[in-house]
Amino acid sequence: MTDKTTAAAAPKKLSLKAKYAQLTRGLGWETTYQPPDKVFPQTHFEGIKIHDWEKWEDPFRLTMDAYWKYQAEKEKKLYAIIDAFQQNNGHLNVSDGRYVNTVKLFLTGISPEEYSAHRMFAMLGRNFAGVGPQIAAQMQSIDELRHAQTQIHTISQYNKYFNGMHDFRHMHDRVWYLSVPKSYFEDAMTAGPFEGIVAISFSFEYVLTNLIFMPFMSAAAYNGDMATVTFGFSAQSDESRHMTLGIECIKFLLEQDPGNVPIIQRWIDKWFWRGYRLLTLVSMMMDFMVPKKVMSWKEAWDMYFVQNGGALFRDLERYGLRMPKYWEQTVVAADRLSCEAWNTFYNYAAAANFNPWCPTAEDMDWMSQKYPGTFDKYYRPRFEHYRELEKQGKRFYNTTLPMLCQTCQIPLVFSEPDDPTQTCYRESDYNGMKYHFCSDGCKDIFDHEPEKYVQAWLPVHQIYQGNCFKPGTDPTAKDFNPLAAVLEYYNFGPGDNMDYAGSPDETNWLKWKGLAKSGPLKMAS
Amino acid sequence: MTATQSNVFLALQTNDETRPIIEAIEADNPHAVVHRYPAMVKIDAPGRLVLKRQTVEEITGVEWELQSFHVNLISLSGNIDETEDELVLAWRQ
Repeated sequence: MTDKTTAAAAPKKLSLKAKYAQLTRGLGWETTYQPPDKVFPQTHFEGIKIHDWEKWEDPFRLTMDAYWKYQAEKEKKLYAIIDAFQQNNGHLNVSDGRYVNTVKLFLTGISPEEYSAHRMFAMLGRNFAGVGPQIAAQMQSIDELRHAQTQIHTISQYNKYFNGMHDFRHMHDRVWYLSVPKSYFEDAMTAGPFEGIVAISFSFEYVLTNLIFMPFMSAAAYNGDMATVTFGFSAQSDESRHMTLGIECIKFLLEQDPGNVPIIQRWIDKWFWRGYRLLTLVSMMMDFMVPKKVMSWKEAWDMYFVQNGGALFRDLERYGLRMPKYWEQTVVAADRLSCEAWNTFYNYAAAANFNPWCPTAEDMDWMSQKYPGTFDKYYRPRFEHYRELEKQGKRFYNTTLPMLCQTCQIPLVFSEPDDPTQTCYRESDYNGMKYHFCSDGCKDIFDHEPEKYVQAWLPVHQIYQGNCFKPGTDPTAKDFNPLAAVLEYYNFGPGDNMDYAGSPDETNWLKWKGLAKSGPLKMAS
Repeated sequence: MTATQSNVFLALQTNDETRPIIEAIEADNPHAVVHRYPAMVKIDAPGRLVLKRQTVEEITGVEWELQSFHVNLISLSGNIDETEDELVLAWRQ
């Protein structure tokens, strides 16, 4: 309650700086019954030293009145468009029925993480001892809840007409590949508050989310998906504030104590790698799943990570930070990532809640053009082989469950950094058990905190242990089909999984668009 | 970083509200490069980029609150400093 920091002779209208100062310097909770250390116990155990919370500054200087005013405006705009989208059968205007699979992935893989972020920032708002970060974290918590709600609301229109989305929350907690985003956020949420904010606000929001929201939302627009563009950009307008929180929190922590630097560098190394692995899903959305393409994963990675991230880390060099460990591997792998990912989903078409497909000739030509050094040499022959098998009625499905990485939970499908023809695998021994990893980055993360990662709920292990069947299932029954039982546990219904070709979604799409394979739809049938 | 100065950027939705904002940025930042993508405009500038309230007001002829650009903001990079009169994005190296 120091009057000195507020505007001395209050002008008629306070400046932004003065308003923000009033909000963050006058409203703090000064404890009386208990010492502050007991009220904010989580600010100590990670080794981060804070000498002066007052040094925290929000460069946007957003106050509550401005926050609610602009958030209300964003909501009004968003809901006007959602109404129009629903009233006008907007789902019929997307470029192709295949496109909707990206929306399924978004709803099951990303929207629930908005909710996780909402929970996490509510906890951060409580656990930080400074008013500036408390307010920023609380605003972000409300934003993330808004994102989850608006995404679920918007995508509900697609759920009325397409499969795979009806039990998104149930699936998020069970389906094998959805454990990748789920465990990522649970990892951040169960870390201390400083690691949590470095993980999500800096490493994810500032360094990596442009990869999701910029090229993908632009692609949604290009593919006629008015609904996704609208919620995406509405969310992204908050995201800029979150990114700002990320860079400000990093600078604040680095400036507070030189001892913070190595701790933060380790977190950045860890969370950059965790986030990069998570974005594997985005790479295949951009390169394989959007029928009309805007830019390739490699182009986006170059623009948003190599160039923009490079500029960021050059700026942070003055604090003694360097680029995240293993970033060079991500550049080498940019030529392969989406192909390795899409190949995996093509293999396991039975077990995902969307309908994959073998790339068309046109898709493959685009890939050849975007990936001249790798696509024709390593991946085209494989996809053409798959297509040939399909023609012969021998569509290849992988029926063996894959080995998962103990850290990122992605199957070991990535190639060696120096050899695209070799699978990359690493292992560590801990307490007499062997643990497996997809990369050096994931192995390092485990080796530093094995007690945390030995607890990972790995879907494949859980299936083999019999934990992924509905109650009452009898695995000893004579005609027991484990895969069918797992899909039942996922609440998969007909059409949720398997190939796009021949799926109910494809059949409906062709019918609605008057493109039925047997010729134009007969109106009088 | 003298030879190759890092870019800062600002990305805005493509709509009626952002048209004068983009015009103002182009006027105040001759070194900026405007990229137009589906539904999105991304403006790159080496080192520093400024958005001035006064320039937007001169273009539209009406009063404009600078903070309202948040409604149409998609992303940005650089160190941020915002007052009621201008938003500055800059790298410090």
